[in-house]
Order: sequence, then structure tokens, then C-alpha cells
Amino acid sequence: MKEPVGTTGLIFNEPLLWERGAKGRSGFSLPPRDVASSHVADDLRGDGPDFPDLSELDVVRHFTRLSQWNFGVDSGMYPLGSCTMKYNPKTNERQAGLPGLAVSHPLLPQELSQGALKMMFDLQHYLAEITGLPAVTLQPAAGSQGELTGMMVINAYLQSKGEKRSKVLIPDTAHGTNPASATLCGLKSVAVKSNEQGILSTEKIAELMDEDTAGLMVTNPNTLGLFEEDIQKVTEIVHAKGGLVYGDGANMNAIMGIVDIQKLGVDVLHLNLHKTFSTPHGGGGPGSGPICVTEALEPFLPVPRVIEKDGKYLLSEDFPQSVGKLHAFYGNFGILVRAYSYILTMGADLHKASQYAVLNANYIKESLKDVYHLAYDRPCMHECVFNDKLQAAHKVTTLDIAKRLMEYGFHPPTIYFPLVVQGAIMVEPTETESKETIDAFIDTMRTIAQEARENPEQFHEAPQTTKVKRLDETAAARNPCLTG
Amino acid sequence: MMRYLPHTSDDIAAMLQKVGVDNVDALFTSIPESCRRDAPLDLPAPLSEWELNAHMSELAADMAVAPQYKVFLGAGSYDHYIPEAIKHLLMRSEVFTAYTPYQPEISQGTLQTIYEYQTLITRLLGMEVANASMYDGASGLAEALLMAIRVTRRKKVAVSTAIHPLYRRVVATYLAPTGYEVVEIPYKADGRSDLTALGNLEEFAGVALQSPNFFGCLEDLKAADELIHADKKTMMVVCFSEPLAYGLYKSPGSFNADIACGEGQSLGIPRAFGGPGLGVFAAKKKYVRSMPGRLIGQSVDKDGKRGFVLTLATREQHIRRESATSNICSNQGLCATSATMYMAILGGTGFRELAALNHDKAEYLKAELQAAGLKIAFDTPTFNEFVVQFPAGSQATYQQLLDNNFVAGLPLEPYYPELADHYLYCVTETSSKADMDALVKEIKS
Amino acid sequence: MTKEINDLNLPDDVRYTEDHEWAKQEADGIKVGITDYAQDQLGDIVFVELPEAGDTFDKGEQFGTLESVKAVSEMFMPISGEVVSVNEALADTPELVNSEPYGGGWMIVFKPSDAGAIDALMDKAAYMDTLKGLE
Repeated sequence: MKEPVGTTGLIFNEPLLWERGAKGRSGFSLPPRDVASSHVADDLRGDGPDFPDLSELDVVRHFTRLSQWNFGVDSGMYPLGSCTMKYNPKTNERQAGLPGLAVSHPLLPQELSQGALKMMFDLQHYLAEITGLPAVTLQPAAGSQGELTGMMVINAYLQSKGEKRSKVLIPDTAHGTNPASATLCGLKSVAVKSNEQGILSTEKIAELMDEDTAGLMVTNPNTLGLFEEDIQKVTEIVHAKGGLVYGDGANMNAIMGIVDIQKLGVDVLHLNLHKTFSTPHGGGGPGSGPICVTEALEPFLPVPRVIEKDGKYLLSEDFPQSVGKLHAFYGNFGILVRAYSYILTMGADLHKASQYAVLNANYIKESLKDVYHLAYDRPCMHECVFNDKLQAAHKVTTLDIAKRLMEYGFHPPTIYFPLVVQGAIMVEPTETESKETIDAFIDTMRTIAQEARENPEQFHEAPQTTKVKRLDETAAARNPCLTG
Repeated sequence: MMRYLPHTSDDIAAMLQKVGVDNVDALFTSIPESCRRDAPLDLPAPLSEWELNAHMSELAADMAVAPQYKVFLGAGSYDHYIPEAIKHLLMRSEVFTAYTPYQPEISQGTLQTIYEYQTLITRLLGMEVANASMYDGASGLAEALLMAIRVTRRKKVAVSTAIHPLYRRVVATYLAPTGYEVVEIPYKADGRSDLTALGNLEEFAGVALQSPNFFGCLEDLKAADELIHADKKTMMVVCFSEPLAYGLYKSPGSFNADIACGEGQSLGIPRAFGGPGLGVFAAKKKYVRSMPGRLIGQSVDKDGKRGFVLTLATREQHIRRESATSNICSNQGLCATSATMYMAILGGTGFRELAALNHDKAEYLKAELQAAGLKIAFDTPTFNEFVVQFPAGSQATYQQLLDNNFVAGLPLEPYYPELADHYLYCVTETSSKADMDALVKEIKS
Repeated sequence: MTKEINDLNLPDDVRYTEDHEWAKQEADGIKVGITDYAQDQLGDIVFVELPEAGDTFDKGEQFGTLESVKAVSEMFMPISGEVVSVNEALADTPELVNSEPYGGGWMIVFKPSDAGAIDALMDKAAYMDTLKGLE
């Protein structure tokens, strides 16, 4: 194995903000005061917040040091399954930071915000082309809000047919957001077990689908990284009972330019712009979760909708069957700009992203399957799921493997998800990693497998080279300390 | 070669060989032919960085922004100066390109920052606990009311009509599928909510007020506390769209609010045509297990060294699934990071001074408009926004101002049909006296 | 790493349920807690949610939840009845569930609607068989 990228370095200590600073210091320059001060009644006046007073350099050093305790895509490979941690192009930041887009007010008169509206209109069109579903809303602020919106649209459609259904089918491989979104929609989740091949069986769906079931929430490719091969038969069964199919598009990075979502029988699909379309995750968000729907569901999309009329772009509220509004304004516009910028950069080559994402995952799967147990040894899509079965004999767990990977300079894969695979290690390399980097990851994983056989004790102390070692999560939850 | 796709043809050949297939298409055999697209993607040819810059600059130029336009708009989206230091710090790749901090040993930067965010937010709002953020002020309010419904097991909430009308629409959308009832509280002639209209309190899970409210008016939260808490279960929800106000005025917590939530865009986040913003969410500690969203807690590592972790995660969707306190997963982490940097760089002293300056500038414009013969609609203290009543037929004046590059407030009639010729003005530290004088001069003409 | 079945502490003087709870007749009613097996499987308990005295539940109905750091587990009534008292100490010291599952880690005491129903629950031997079946 070559020299690993993970190493020790000079990592600074840095206290909490309020453990430094001195009263009266400031890092902010106020504009010149050009108006007189004005009276405020004593019973209204507060003391103002107890924030520490810091200089500009205090603040700059504080956050620079803190950033050095983090691992990002720009630091190294981040094969976090289900999260599509691809490269976040720098040019996207330039575009989103353009003053006309970054500082424009959302309630400007529409004739004064044509640039933003045109961008949104065109982005809707591109997302429709990419998915095959003709109508799009950009309003949901994240994937889970997209799910909620999608389920509301399904509810509203059924209601327009005079129906109120109470349940929804959700495969056991689904993300937890699916059942949580269903609950917010007043629907009871019914779990569907996947079959021995790790996919949905038509028999199971036929058995559970009835006229009180609003439909099915399905992730395809699913969270095992497998394409739901019987998806068309499954969706036919749901449609035959008057239900609709919600598609979780978290894994769209596997199938862009290849699959036509409408042909799958999916009626609503959400996209995660912060996964498939390269916008940064920012340590937890903001994301953006547009939904794409069939023509029949278009009247129910949230308002306002961006439309074009005589060459002008307008925000229209004139959709009486709409589910309403999910965001105060139009969603996470700044994220939309980044995704738009990405789509224009990739252009008609976008399908190559999916091709290479799938190639990389299969390459890793084939290169590691002799040393890590594969939960389902079948051709995978953009991610593959191993587990710790072969390491269990040496009392080395998935968690240990993850922690050891950090010392070698890699972000660990997603662990212990999906729940249907015990000790899951879910690897999603994405298309932006080069063969050298992927080979280095494979070498490292093989080295770790060997260490697990030969020297399992060292795993329990990993990681050693990070800012902190393993943390006491039990104490944190028993006596929560949430503020300082 | 595409610059985001590093594989050479040799790389591809070697990898295909390892996988044991002849070409890339053969990787997709699990996808039935009938599921595939009929035609390749009909997207434009890839743009070079040069071409993209030109295209995007053209779009951006088609927007009304300063300095060409003088924009006196607030209504939930505020123009505050963002220090350069914040813009630079936010671009630190390690922060910017990280995911949710699931692996604490290599995410301490994000975790400590969000812990600091939670702390500074509780200090700003006078509350005991704050979460790591919601999407925006509107969905935050909806989640607050759903939380009140969960805590009290009651099925009805009351919402003031002086709350941002777009937030109320989001509340209606969120609560509709589960059938919870939303009762609207009217506003009075002074622009404040009329709580006497509430009726039987025991029916309500929560009562929501905004202060400063949509009209910029401070609500009488002292009276609201007494009235709402007359029933010991009913929760008092105080929301806001302009948290800078609490640099000058008393915080929601000082009036015993059970939940304080709202929009944090003011705290160092650009307006960006309405998003991404920051859903700020805080509550009394006794309700922490019913709160939506992520929480960061302090702990120690194996060597006893201080560190931070995601905690109380059993409330969340990835563990509790259909019984979770919310479906939220991705939040507005980077916006919360901006807010932390902003609160830190202002400090307590700077925050108070900036708040005072916003207030004083707004008072200046208010007085000048009054002197010019216009009416200030509500006689109640305000922060940096207020409602101006123009003589009937004001649309022509508004249009004329637009033609002269003044966006003179937000017309309220679309949101409140009874408020024709009323405009919501906003003044922040970025509006100079010269700009305000020019606006008044233009109105007079 | 979890305990082997033979290492589990399974007292003879309590009855067991398939939900891995124990029940014991005491002077003021039936006391309920979770078994050593259950606490071992769940790991460090960080929070216990219990009903209030006076609440009534049917057999099989959920009466509370247990939380570890990364899992939530429900507790179900072994027999229908009315809650007489709950273990207030668990609010501050949930770790008692791990350290003394049959002692300080008890959950509730309830008055059964059918006094004889406790005899229908499993004895130690039957519970051991159940556990072996899970392996």
C-alpha cells in the first residue's frame, strides 16, 4: 500500500466563542450615523443579547481553526452512501454570489426580477427533461420537504376524486424521512418487506395494496443500490387500485439520461439538488428538493408557480387546486442557481455522470467483495452495501472499520443503514473521484480487512489522529448540555 | 474532457475489465429496456466556464438591486450589511463541502459551530434551548404549532392575522392534511393582535403571535403572557421575521414564551430572492424531547477532552421514523453557520448599536413621511418597518417611484384587501439619510 | 458485544413476557420492568418515558418507551390494568435500567383487572426457551 493521505498535523485548540474576547471589542464597522437617535420606552427596551465582544481577527481565527477539525469533499474522498458527495464546483459559487441574484429581494415587482424568474423557469424545464416528468416545482427546501409536498399532492389528487385514503406502503429499505413525511400527511405507514434479492416483490405489493391505501413510496434505485427490476409491474398494481406512486429521487445520480421516470409508473419524484446536482451540503444544509410530477398532478403543485407569458416570466397564484405554500418565498433560490449552473456546465453530457458513478461503484464492489461480505451479490447501481460479517469473528465491527478509515484519510461510508442489512457499510464513490483515489480507497479497505484479522485490538482505540477521540454519546444524551 | 469527470479511456477500460463487462452500457442490464428513455437528454451543449459566466451575468443584470435601485422592502427579507470576513470564512471548504456531522471525530468544526449557534440563539431570544435550524421562518412556525399540538394533545391552534401572511399560508398547508384547525386572531386599529377574540383557551394547543409583527408593530407580549398562560397547558408561540429587533427590544423569552421561532436571514445571510434563509427555533427546556430538528450537545472523548456530538437523536426521523417529531433531515446548517459568525463578529455591543441604528433610521423616515403629509397607519412602537397610508389612488405614485428606481415599500392590498393604499416600508443601516431624503422628495413631487 | 444466554440474570421469582418484560406480584400490585436480556440488547438506556399513576391500559397496549442513544423501544402491558405508581427515579438515573433491571430499574406498578392473569405469563424455563429460539 502507498503512503496513506491520512496523517497527523498541527491541529490548533480553540475555545468556545464566549470563552474569549473582551467587552467593548468589535469586529463590525457600522455605517456613519447620519440620523439622530430616537426615544424608546423603558418598558420595551431590553438588555440586548449577551454575546461575547470579539475583534475581526478573533473571529476569523476561531472559525478557521474550527474548519480544520472538519472533513469535507474538498479534503478527500467522502463515499457516504445515499448522500452523493460529489465535487461541488467552485464556479457555482461565483454564479450564486452575483449581486443581482444574491441580494435581490423576493417581493420585488415581477418586472424587476425577470432574471431570477427566467432562471427558475429554465431550471424547471431542465429537471422535467432529466426526469421525464413534465411539471416541476422548485419550492421544497430539502428532500424531506419535497417528500412531504409530493405526498400532499397525492392526497390532494385523491381528494379531488372524492377520496380520502388512510395508509401508504413504504418498503423496509426506505429512508426514515419517508414514513415521517407520510405521518405529516395524515397517512399511516405500512412496511413492505423486500425479497431475497433485495427488491420489491409484486406478490407482496398485490397483497398489501387496497382501496384505502393512497399508494407506494419507493426509492429506485433502492437504498441497497439495486434497481427495482419489477417496478413497472409494482406500479401497475398500485395504479389498478387507484393509488399513486411517490418516487424518492435521492438516488437519481445512478440513472440520469438512462431511465425515464414516467415509464416506471412513478407519479411524483423529488430530487435532491444537494446530492445529484452538485450543490454543497454545508455541514447539514441548505438543500433543495424540487418535485417533478405527471401532467395529471400538475394542478396540485404548490404556488406561486413560475410561468411564461408573451416572453415575460410571472409568478402565478392561479392554480385553485394547489396544495398551497411550503416556503415563505420560492424555496432555496441560491441553491437553485448552483444546480442550474451545474446543469449548464454538464449539459448534454450529464448522463456520463451516472455512467461513471455506476462504474465506480461496481469497480469497488468487485475489488472488495472477497474481503468484505456483500449483502446482495448482484450488479449494483451507484452504491454498494457490504457488512461486517467477515470481521465479526475478530470482534471488529462496522463502527470500528469506519473509525479506522478516518486515520487513513477517508471519510467513512454510511454505516448501519439500510437497516435491513445488519452492520451495513454503504459505499457511494460518485463519478467525480478519479481511479487513483478509488484505488487508494480500495487498498485502504483491504489493509483494514487484513488488520482486522491480524491485529483487531487497535481498532477499538481508533481514531487516534483526529481532533478528538471517540466521544461519550451516552453521557451526552443522559444529561443533555445543549448550550454554554 | 469534462472537468468534473476525471476518467481517461484507459481508466475506464481497466475498471470495466475488473467488473467483467465489455462496455459501460452493460453495467445497466438490471434496468429493463421498457424503463429506459427513448432519446438522449435534450439539454444544451456543455458551457465552458467563460460562457457560463457571461450567461449568468446576463441573468443577474436583469434584476433590480442596489445601487441602481433604492429598495425599501423588508417583509421577512432584510438588507443588512454582511462583513467580508464572513463571506471568506463561509467559503472554507471543510465547512462548506461537509455533510451532516454523523462522524463526530472529523466533524468537530461543524459541531462546535452549531453548539455555539444554539447558545447564541438562546441568548438572543432569552430561551433555554435552540435546535440546529429549520428551513425558514414559515415552516418553523408550522413546526412550532405541530409541536404544541403534540405536547398538549389538543387539536386547535390560534394564529394572529398580524403574522406574516406568507407564513400563515405555510401553516395552513402544513396543518391541512392532518385536519388540525387554525383559528385566526384579528388585528386592532393600532396594528396589534386582538387577543380578547380568543374565546375558550382550553381548546387551544398554542397561540401564535409575531413581534415585531408583519406591520412592524411590537405586540403587547406582557398582556399576551398573562392571557395565554391563564390556561396552564396552552403554549405561547412567539415568532419573528427580524431578530435584530431583540438587540433593542425585550426578547420573547423575557415574556415567558414557550416556543420562539422565526426567520434568521437578517443574521448575515444574503436575501438571495428569498432563500436559503434560516429557520430559528427555540423553546423551554422542558419541551426539548418534543422539539423538531437536530440538536448538538457537549460531551467528552475517551481522554476526557471536550467535544460535541449530535444528541437526543431518538426524536428524529432516521430513528423514530413514522413517530418522529418532524420529517426534517437536511436543515440550513450553512446558514446557521453564517448566523453564528455574524453574531460573533457584531458581539453584544455591536448588535445593540446596529439595532439602535436600524430603529433610528426608520424613525427618521417615518417622521419625514409624516411631515410630507402621509399617514403612519398604526400608532404603535415599531423597529425597522412601518406601514404608511397614501391617499386613494396611490398606484400611480408607486409606479412613478418605480420608474425612478425607488421600490417604495410593499403594497399591502394583495395580502390585506382592507389595506388598499397602505405600504409596508423597511429601513435598515444600509439606507442612508440621502437615500431617504431622495425618496421623500420624489414622493412629494 | 452482547451477553451469552447462560450469562443472563433471570430470577426465578418473576414471570416473563415475549416482549422481554418481567412481572412480579407485590403487595400493592404487579411490578413490571424489562429483563436483563432486553437491557443488554438495548445498550445504555438514556431516557425512560413512563405513564402517570391512574392511567389504564389494555393488555398489549404500549405504556412507555425506552431510549438508548440510537434506538427507541416500546414497552407493552403484560396484563390489562391501572397504573398505581411509576419509578420516578428513572427520570434522573435511567442507567438503573441497565445496572439493576430487576431492582432500582423497575418501571411501573399496576393493579391488574384480572388478579389471576399473571399466572399465564412465562416462567423462567419457558422464557429461556424463547430466548434460545431467537438465536
